[in-house]
Amino acid sequence: MSQKVKDASIPTIPAKARFSRWFGRNLLRIYMIFGFTYLFIPVAYTFAFSFNDSGKSNLIWKGFTLSNWQNPCGAPEVCNALGNSIKIGLLATTFSTILGTMIAFAIGRYQFRGRSSSNLLIFLPMATPEIVLGASLLSLFLVFKINPGFWPTVIAHVMFCISFVVVTVKARIASLDPRLEQAAMDLYANELETFRRVTLPLVAPGIAGAALLAFSLSFDDFIITNFNSGTLITFPKFVYVSAARGIPAQANVIGSSMFFLALAIVIAGQLVKRKKTR
Amino acid sequence: MSFPKVRVPYLLLLPGFAFLFTFFILPIINLAQTSTQTPIAGGDTGQYEQTLAFGNYIQAFVDNKEQFARSFVYATLATIFALVIAYPLAYAIAFKSGKFKNILLVLVVAPFFTSFLLRTIAWKQILGEEGFVVPGLRSLHIISQQTTLTSTSVAVVAGMTYNFLPFMTLPLYASLERIDPRTIEAAGDLYANGITAFRMVTVPLSLPGVVAGTLLTFIPAAGDYVNAAILGSPNTKMIGNVIESRYFKIVDYPTAAALSFTLMAAILILVTLYIRKAGTEELV
Repeated sequence: MSQKVKDASIPTIPAKARFSRWFGRNLLRIYMIFGFTYLFIPVAYTFAFSFNDSGKSNLIWKGFTLSNWQNPCGAPEVCNALGNSIKIGLLATTFSTILGTMIAFAIGRYQFRGRSSSNLLIFLPMATPEIVLGASLLSLFLVFKINPGFWPTVIAHVMFCISFVVVTVKARIASLDPRLEQAAMDLYANELETFRRVTLPLVAPGIAGAALLAFSLSFDDFIITNFNSGTLITFPKFVYVSAARGIPAQANVIGSSMFFLALAIVIAGQLVKRKKTR
Repeated sequence: MSFPKVRVPYLLLLPGFAFLFTFFILPIINLAQTSTQTPIAGGDTGQYEQTLAFGNYIQAFVDNKEQFARSFVYATLATIFALVIAYPLAYAIAFKSGKFKNILLVLVVAPFFTSFLLRTIAWKQILGEEGFVVPGLRSLHIISQQTTLTSTSVAVVAGMTYNFLPFMTLPLYASLERIDPRTIEAAGDLYANGITAFRMVTVPLSLPGVVAGTLLTFIPAAGDYVNAAILGSPNTKMIGNVIESRYFKIVDYPTAAALSFTLMAAILILVTLYIRKAGTEELV
């Protein structure tokens, strides 16, 4: 590491300063350990209690069992709620990624009249608290006599995911080297070909990241969902509703699996990236 | 391409903006209308007619000023705590983690994927009467026998700090990571010590991240009601809890709408002032 080389090459630093430097560096390291411990305590707790032989209410440790993992649908509402959340998440991700990516290209690639107000329209949903988004959409549905349920929830999720997709994809577009596209044009690719064979592959990781973000936002959303889903139960809603009488350990199984699944996807993405850059 | 080039951006914007107009702008306008409605005389609960009862706003605010104040105090505290916790974390990841940088970054986001409700409830159980922390602290006489950690405002603020921490850490990391280490070295060459270089170079250059992070934390925190509902007590109710119960339990749409609108307006004003003050226009 460069730090060590630097230290060795400057032997004249007084001992006290060297100590404070060492301390400073390790203080941050110690801090990092504490920070990550803090972040992971509830995750570890959730994971540990997914093995609890708890019966209905998962409050006190009663003994180790694998049965919750072997039978994650043992509490029937859990899997029903999970299925709804996945369906809504996939639909919301698809629509918001398509709409958001188009907007991102428009704002990121073109100068046009109304560009700054377009930016504002993208920023506003992010600057509005979830409860206001949820409540206002519900009152619109009520006016048009649309019952809250599956599709209103999908619409609500698409609405709040679009902005996050735009911001993520736009950042990727902004970081592109324009010379790559110029090179393609110099090699007689027309605009459409350049887009398809150069621009889109380069932006693709940004779009994939945006889709992943949209799915996790949708999957984990509670407030907006609570307003627009009516009697439909999603996974977060199930957890919230059953919190009072105790959550079945199967919910912990699903929460933990989502964690490991997402971790696996992200790490796989990193590995693919590393292979490509080599 | 068959259509003139000028139209391309507008065609790209059209579907998304039509969607946002219908399901974001229109509902907000409708919310403004609802907020001035009054109950129909002799009608059922939940039936309202359109009037221009701006008094709804005054009534709603006066009835709930305590919860409003609490929301802003809690959200501000949670934002400050999140900043204090996240800045060194983001700094360490950006500058001190070497080849582990990407892994550590993934680990910051990873807790996200276990549903935030499950994590909040996990905190409740860890810090609750049946967890191991409270009995432990009691037996060590650090807290008295009567003291509880859950159902307090401390627990609500702590829960919000925890839940919104990644929203703070990621933008901070993004702006710290972008800093050219040579600028910090240059400060050292100009005889700035570590602290001065940090204060004069690193902090100003990370300011966009600070602004983005504080906004991404403060806005959802001010409207949150989940932490207050799970970790709090009736004495820690925030404005979100009031809006939620007005909608679902009392079916008082005009008051709920007036409260929502006031909350949104207050946040937008604060955010605008804050962005002006912090001097970063380009946020999105």
